[in-house]
Amino acid sequence: MPITVKIDICTGCGQCVDSCPYSAIELKNEKAFINDFCNECNACLSVCPEGALTEFALKSDLPKSINLNEYKGVWVFAEQRSGYIASVALELLGAGRRLADALKTTLTAVLFGSNEEEAKELIRWGADKVFHANDSSLNKFNDEPYCQLLLDLIRQHKPEIVLAGATAIGRSFIPRVAGRLKTGLTADCTSLEIDKETGNLLQIRPAFGGNIMATILCPEHRPQMATVRPRVMKRNLYNPDRNGEIINVPIQNLKSRTKVLDTVNESSECMINLQDAEIIVSGGRGLGGSKGFEMLGELARLLGGTIGSSRAAVDEGWIPYRHQVGQTGKTVCPKIYLACGISGAVQHLVGMQSSDIIIAINKNPEAPIFNVATYGIVGDIYEVVPLLINKIKEAKE
Amino acid sequence: MNIIVCIKQVPDTSEVKINPLTNTLIREGVPSIINPYDLHAIEAALQIREKKGGKLTVITMGPPQAEDALREAIAMGVDDVRLISDKAFAGSDTWATSYTLSRAIEKLGYDLILCGKQAIDGDTAQVGPEIAEFLDIPHIAYIKKIEEIGDGFVRVQRLMDDSYDVVESTIPVLLTVVKELNVPRLPSLRGKMAAKKAVITKMTLNDLDAEEDNIGLRGSPTKVKNIFAPPMKGDRKILEGTLENQINELVEVLKSIKCL
Ligand SMILES: Cc1cc2nc3c(=O)[nH]c(=O)nc-3n(C[C@H](O)[C@H](O)[C@H](O)COP(=O)(O)OP(=O)(O)OC[C@H]3O[C@@H](n4cnc5c(N)ncnc54)[C@H](O)[C@@H]3O)c2cc1C
Ligand SMILES: Nc1ncnc2c1ncn2[C@@H]1O[C@H](COP(=O)(O)O)[C@@H](O)[C@H]1O
Repeated sequence: MPITVKIDICTGCGQCVDSCPYSAIELKNEKAFINDFCNECNACLSVCPEGALTEFALKSDLPKSINLNEYKGVWVFAEQRSGYIASVALELLGAGRRLADALKTTLTAVLFGSNEEEAKELIRWGADKVFHANDSSLNKFNDEPYCQLLLDLIRQHKPEIVLAGATAIGRSFIPRVAGRLKTGLTADCTSLEIDKETGNLLQIRPAFGGNIMATILCPEHRPQMATVRPRVMKRNLYNPDRNGEIINVPIQNLKSRTKVLDTVNESSECMINLQDAEIIVSGGRGLGGSKGFEMLGELARLLGGTIGSSRAAVDEGWIPYRHQVGQTGKTVCPKIYLACGISGAVQHLVGMQSSDIIIAINKNPEAPIFNVATYGIVGDIYEVVPLLINKIKEAKE
Repeated sequence: MNIIVCIKQVPDTSEVKINPLTNTLIREGVPSIINPYDLHAIEAALQIREKKGGKLTVITMGPPQAEDALREAIAMGVDDVRLISDKAFAGSDTWATSYTLSRAIEKLGYDLILCGKQAIDGDTAQVGPEIAEFLDIPHIAYIKKIEEIGDGFVRVQRLMDDSYDVVESTIPVLLTVVKELNVPRLPSLRGKMAAKKAVITKMTLNDLDAEEDNIGLRGSPTKVKNIFAPPMKGDRKILEGTLENQINELVEVLKSIKCL
């Protein structure tokens, strides 16, 4: 609802001006003034010490263009790569299952390409139903055919929620689908809930480089669509006996103006893919140089894990970008995340704070990384890590 | 060849801090910059124009002060700019932004459209592909290399999560670019002079064939319900005692969860 300023109460202190993420509040004649860039995010309401900012109800002049009740069921776009279901699809089934249960409705997976065995896997991971376009031409991701197929299915079956991975694939073609359907799409969500009162999907995501979180709604359009960040949602338990329905989707007349000529796998020096690793030993600027990563490498090998890093270490050129964890790197959720010489900037934390156990080693006791650490050691990495390596070797003998 | 580059003016998020008492952003003194990815899009467009000729127009949709971003683009050497600005566009989400930009691009004419991979304020990466859908042209996202621009086609490398694809598309096409593509040039002295003098042409709602139901807050399907500070995990435990004891404790933990 629009925000209004009670001019007689406003003291012109300007606190609301600083609080607005959209630069929508100015001081005019020493009073707060809401300009045209207000997004009605309500961030300012709690800031005003005088309570001079309020919402005012405006009768909606929006014709209810669609009948929201026609839309039923939760859908998950199950991404596959080279025929195999991507792990993000299983995480989406976990998130989707919880939403479907809260809404007392069904969970449907949509699979393009791959094969029937993988379609059955989706059911064992929690789907009630799978729409499967079983055609090998779809094994390679191509925006236009994917977009056309998903659009047709959504138009025909009218789901109320559609989730996809916030991956190269999902973030490329899902916007086209939402654009064509004239519905909202929330990018890169890290948490999803159902609003108990309205049944709307609450889509929670980081913004402004991870400095703040925002809850986004899509109240008047359907389906409610979101891409979901990999590695933050929990999978369901795998049930090999679970049954469900697999519906074959015929494909015909799929046109495309783009052609995928080749796929090149970049050779990776990572011992294990960062996002699949159960143990990550991560280093930051505190390492002081690329040599430090050799020491961390030894520790990682001993623990059967792999190497991660902060952006600072990548920017310094000590380690390649693909090791970067955080807002602009990878989101990881290992059993153990060991942060060595990392201060714990929000942009780093958003990428690793859901790890099961976080161990932080930092010589500065005030470093914010300790706020998320399960175990913290205040000390110099060059003292702590070699000692840790020795003790682990001893323990292994 | 008509090239359009879409840029956005954003707060420099590396300077944004949160006020822990009010859970809100401290914007004071935070500089506005051209979205970093968009600089790479401008650079790519400049290189294409240098090789192939044609006209390069940079557009932005935003409040009047977004003009500064356009002046910076002029300083880098682009031919023309448009500021798409109207009260009616305020409060646009990605859907309404893409719709409005697509209407402006339709008016300007295009063969090639370049966008950044994402804007660092919202981090959505949705505007590029949505513009392509509204114009009914193909797009290729996350371009890290342009291999060839031929007669009526482009061939590029697009970054995937664990590989890259070589993709070919017909022209017109929209590309969104990542940082690996190039190193953006700095403005020249002559460019800076030109930027100072330039008159910025504005496009308002009246200049576009746009439906009012599709623009601004009213045309935006998503609504921001609230914003809050990122939650912190509360199980902080700083180990104590001699370093030796601390490490022993850690090793016990590793054993207890069967890591060792
Ligand atoms: C839009 C945006 C996106 C970003 N994305 C990411 C991202 O994806 N990932 C990311 O990590 N960052 C990201 N950043 C950067 C982030 O804000 C921080 O700058 C970065 O995480 C800092 O890295 P660091 O902790 O290694 O370095 P610093 O902040 O410099 O911290 C180094 C730490 O090491 C400690 N230290 C120094 N020497 C020793 C020693 N001998 N022994 C023990 N401790 C020592 C210090 O006490 C300090 O705490 C992003 C920033 C922006 C603006
Ligand atoms: N208001 C805008 N004006 C011009 N271009 C924009 C605007 N918003 C987004 N873009 C373009 O779309 C890209 C992706 O933005 P986003 O979807 O907001 O992450 C940006 O890098 C810009 O190229």
